[in-house]
Amino acid sequence: MKEDPGYYDYWPYENRPKIKWPNGAKVAFWVAPNIEFYELNPPDNPFRKPWPQPSPALPGYTSRDWGNRVGHIRQMKLLEKYGIRGSISLSTALCDHHPEIIELCKERNWEFFSHGIYNTRYTYGMSETQEREMIKDSIETIYKHTGQKCAGYLAPALSHSENTLDLFAEVGTELFGDEAGFYSCDLFHDDQPTPINLRSGKRFASIPYSLEMNDTIAYLVQKITPRRYGQELKDNFDRLYAEGAESGTIMCIPTHNYQVTNAHRIKAYEEALEYITGHSDVWITTGKEIASYYLDNYYDASLEDIHQKNKKYGTK
Amino acid sequence: MALNKTYLEYPERSYGMDHDRYDWDMLSNRKPITWPNGKKIALWVNVGVQFFPLNQKGIPFKVPGGMTKPYPDLRHYSLRDYGNRIGIYRFLKALDKYNITPTFAMNTRLAERLPYLTGTLKDRGNEILCHGYDMDKLHYGGQNIKEEEELVKRSLDSLRKLTGQEINGWVSPAKNESENTPDILAENGITYFCDWVNDEMPYNFKTKNGILTAMPLTTELDDHFIILNNLHSAEDWKHQVIDAFHFLLQETETQGGRILSINIHPWVLGQPHRIKYLEKILEYLGSHEAVWSASSNTILNAWKNN
Repeated sequence: MKEDPGYYDYWPYENRPKIKWPNGAKVAFWVAPNIEFYELNPPDNPFRKPWPQPSPALPGYTSRDWGNRVGHIRQMKLLEKYGIRGSISLSTALCDHHPEIIELCKERNWEFFSHGIYNTRYTYGMSETQEREMIKDSIETIYKHTGQKCAGYLAPALSHSENTLDLFAEVGTELFGDEAGFYSCDLFHDDQPTPINLRSGKRFASIPYSLEMNDTIAYLVQKITPRRYGQELKDNFDRLYAEGAESGTIMCIPTHNYQVTNAHRIKAYEEALEYITGHSDVWITTGKEIASYYLDNYYDASLEDIHQKNKKYGTK
Repeated sequence: MALNKTYLEYPERSYGMDHDRYDWDMLSNRKPITWPNGKKIALWVNVGVQFFPLNQKGIPFKVPGGMTKPYPDLRHYSLRDYGNRIGIYRFLKALDKYNITPTFAMNTRLAERLPYLTGTLKDRGNEILCHGYDMDKLHYGGQNIKEEEELVKRSLDSLRKLTGQEINGWVSPAKNESENTPDILAENGITYFCDWVNDEMPYNFKTKNGILTAMPLTTELDDHFIILNNLHSAEDWKHQVIDAFHFLLQETETQGGRILSINIHPWVLGQPHRIKYLEKILEYLGSHEAVWSASSNTILNAWKNN
């Protein structure tokens, strides 16, 4: 085990090279709906129990199933109303279980990125070969069902190994060259994109996805009220919008169709979306578009700035 | 280090659900439902009338709302009991004042222990559904099937005898089940159950003994969940119910009738500092022209008749 994952270097949030988003936008805004499948009878993992109760664990399973049966359509209509294309963090087995949902998202030109096979199959304990196989299966499944070359990754249930980002980038290259496997949502260290150090040396970025704005963290971990959540989304946006005048920032709302779309919560979410998209200097976009734009325009300048800043006082 | 190779095998990875209890069916694809008299929202106020035994065994887990301290946990025992002495009578007054039809989900052991309360509810004539034997008699994966069959039979036989009602509805303690629960319920004269909170309208659920209807008793607006699990105020609970109501009402404009289910407990909202917010909700919904207040069975029958 390592003291530090080694994926990124220290990079202070001052005097960074100025990022200019398309059309002079201050904030790149994206919404990442997690569309997940949780199994009723998942196999045991030695490091994490899938459910608190013995199977069938109805409380958890049924609320996730509600998300696909009821919640998905509600969120899709809402995002459509505000001109937002979702960037889907996908349990890729859902392509097999619920192809209707995949079709609806394809029709709307949403992005699909990999969130593993099922959200009840964890990376913990996998050998490198097994993790590579799982990631490859997920990227191939996305391609087979959507024709998209998967650009991004969020590990299933945020379960990682030391090699997760390396493996995702390498499998992307193996299947589709530089067109796949070039951004990650797994790290929460920044409000701007950052270069990621990989053993392959591939050009690869971390795109801020925000655990803090994640509806499941807000509702299940912090247990805040829907109206409070709506206000936090607005406050988060206000600060990033103001700072974005200096150098472009990113705001992401990661959602789950079983949380934010509940009848008592969707109004607060809609008010925040209306507020954010009502501002003029917002680039409403997807994770992949942000990552591509960053890699094409600012990746090299970022590396250089990180190098210069770390020279100033020396590195560890 | 590696996991067993079966960890990367997915035997259920195919169209539909990963089990065969019900069909995969998105709510938005279904035929719109109409409620009697052109009402838009069927309001199902479900009152949990519960007994949490002091000698809780916690098999296989401690029920949410149950005892948490070393025996004898008098604080939690008596605070739950408060609901059956004080809170329930505040509830009954409020329900009657605003003309709301409640459904009572009763633990059978409570009906056995409190003849006065059981008699009161029986005389009112509101529908009673069985909420299992008591809050510590959980139904759970891996439970011995004979033991569970006896538990269901005992719970239903006694509650039917004490209330004089047919009792064809069921909600398990903690909405938890074993792999056999639906089969056992269907075998014992239950026609609908409320443990699967995966929909907002009724749907057909397959068992070895025929079809049950799954009724959507949401946990999301449950007073225990919002106030004691999420630690929101009773006023916040009220806001959430109102927001849910308005959203569902708006959805009926394009998708047919909806159900607003509110699962409440006299030991939670029956407290002096909280009852006001329940009254405000009952007043607001009870006087709204779009609302049809009915028991779960009545709502279920109206759904079937569509």
